[in-house]
Amino acid sequence: MQRSHPVKLAVILLLSFVMFYPLLWMIGSAFKPDSTIFTDTGLWPRTFTLDNFINGWKGFSGIAFPVFFKNSFIIVVLAVIGNVASCSMAAYAFARLDFSLKKLCFAVMFGTIMLPHHVVLIPQYLLFYKLGWVNTYLPLFVPKLLATDAFFIFLMVQFIRGIPSELDKAARVDGCGTVQIFTRILFPLMTPALVTTSIFTFIWTWNDFLSQLIYISNPKLFTVTLALRAFLDTTGQSAYGSLFAMSIVSLVPVLIFFILFQRLLIEGITTSGLKG
Amino acid sequence: MLARWWRKNRAAALFLGPWLVGTLVFGVLPMLVSLYLSFTDYNMFKPPSWIGADNFASMLTSDSRWSQALKVTIRYVFIGMPAQLVTAFALALALNRGIRGLPLFRAVFYIPSLLGPSVAISILWKEVFGQEGIFNVVTGWFGMEPRSWIADPSTSLYTLIALLVWQFGSPMIIFLAGLKQVPKELYESASIDGAGAVTRFFRITFPMVTPIVFFNVVMQLIGAFQAFTPAFIIGGGDGGSLDSTLFYTLYLYIKGFNEFSMGYASAMAWFLLLVIAAATYLLFLSSRKWVHYEN
Repeated sequence: MQRSHPVKLAVILLLSFVMFYPLLWMIGSAFKPDSTIFTDTGLWPRTFTLDNFINGWKGFSGIAFPVFFKNSFIIVVLAVIGNVASCSMAAYAFARLDFSLKKLCFAVMFGTIMLPHHVVLIPQYLLFYKLGWVNTYLPLFVPKLLATDAFFIFLMVQFIRGIPSELDKAARVDGCGTVQIFTRILFPLMTPALVTTSIFTFIWTWNDFLSQLIYISNPKLFTVTLALRAFLDTTGQSAYGSLFAMSIVSLVPVLIFFILFQRLLIEGITTSGLKG
Repeated sequence: MLARWWRKNRAAALFLGPWLVGTLVFGVLPMLVSLYLSFTDYNMFKPPSWIGADNFASMLTSDSRWSQALKVTIRYVFIGMPAQLVTAFALALALNRGIRGLPLFRAVFYIPSLLGPSVAISILWKEVFGQEGIFNVVTGWFGMEPRSWIADPSTSLYTLIALLVWQFGSPMIIFLAGLKQVPKELYESASIDGAGAVTRFFRITFPMVTPIVFFNVVMQLIGAFQAFTPAFIIGGGDGGSLDSTLFYTLYLYIKGFNEFSMGYASAMAWFLLLVIAAATYLLFLSSRKWVHYEN
């Protein structure tokens, strides 16, 4: 099995190269002076400069790029905490507790996984608008504190079902209550599912555009994605170098996460069919 | 009796409470509100006024941008999704049959799925296929004149489809996991019976992974209908040249948040929900004919 067909290997290598060429070109171009980006089409810059990163990092309207990074990180961290805490609690109830209307609740939970976000977009906006939450981060993380990303509940329910229920019974004999079984036994055992949830929440929230676009219009509160979009609109034809440089910088956290958690990510998709 | 009910449910109430509140306040209630709003004329500044099915009627009969948006989206979904899944399946087959460095290739092909939804990649796409983009270098080898593939309404949608296909990595990984489950003995006995590679594929491999194919089709279909970021960035916030990249979700955004026609946008959202539900339902119906479940 270990000997690969050379032709097949060559085709796969070529395909990887073609796929990554645009990315490599963007990285190379970020180090080229603005005037040569579209004339010097090679990957390796003929004239090498760091100006694009320096200029891009200064941001726009007096707000530097680190501010946008900080804003994105605040939202991402709150979203991760919210999803891990609220979804694990709900998953525990669905997987281990007996309660009235359980089947109905589970069906509703399952239904919301498939629900297109756009159906609730406008009423949610009206609600947050009435609450005075527009131009704050509250609309971006409060729903996550209330377990609205039902997909992760489902993922964790599946995971808990794989943990032998004898553990719960033994803990109960030892005097653990329902709450302690969760906090002392199941929550620690759920680590792989919690990590998968955290990684995907991180990446999806980091890349999220539509909700940030709708709720945040104050440039001081801009996230990285909103800043890039504003950059694209304001620089127009003038500063492609800085635009590319900041685009690359915006992808770095996702790439670092991927490199660190590669194995877990891929297991996460294969076991649950996460769309990535 | 109430005391007993409470004793039975208090633990669940504690753990499920946040979910219940969240689902009611951010899920069920908004759905009902958007259903109500879809029968009204509402612009946020005056109270909604009931207009019956007028929103739906004007969508279906007199709004040419709406029908353009639906057409663009259907083309994007039904060309892009099969192209993406065929690529994913082909690569999964190639990687499945013993290749050195499988984990590396798997990771490399997966990276675009992670980066793809970002604004940065949409910006990159806009420049790659622009007037001065590097795609023209490639077409130049074949003697074609440089042009903007984004500005040309006959090609712009295909740049977005290319971006969707580029993200074939995550369905590929799911296909790979499915292919691993196919028992090796099946191939051995088929070979003994003299079945060639093509027969083996159509008689064993494909039938065995049809549940995975079905899963990927459903998931990618639902996802593709809701794509927004690439159309927004590449089209510059509107539908691109001659609305050639006016995705349904983008038009919904324009109606709701640029024109503040919240009633009309709600009607559009419900129509989208029905289209997705109908497509999924038809897939499930058809699955009885082609999806092979063991037992």
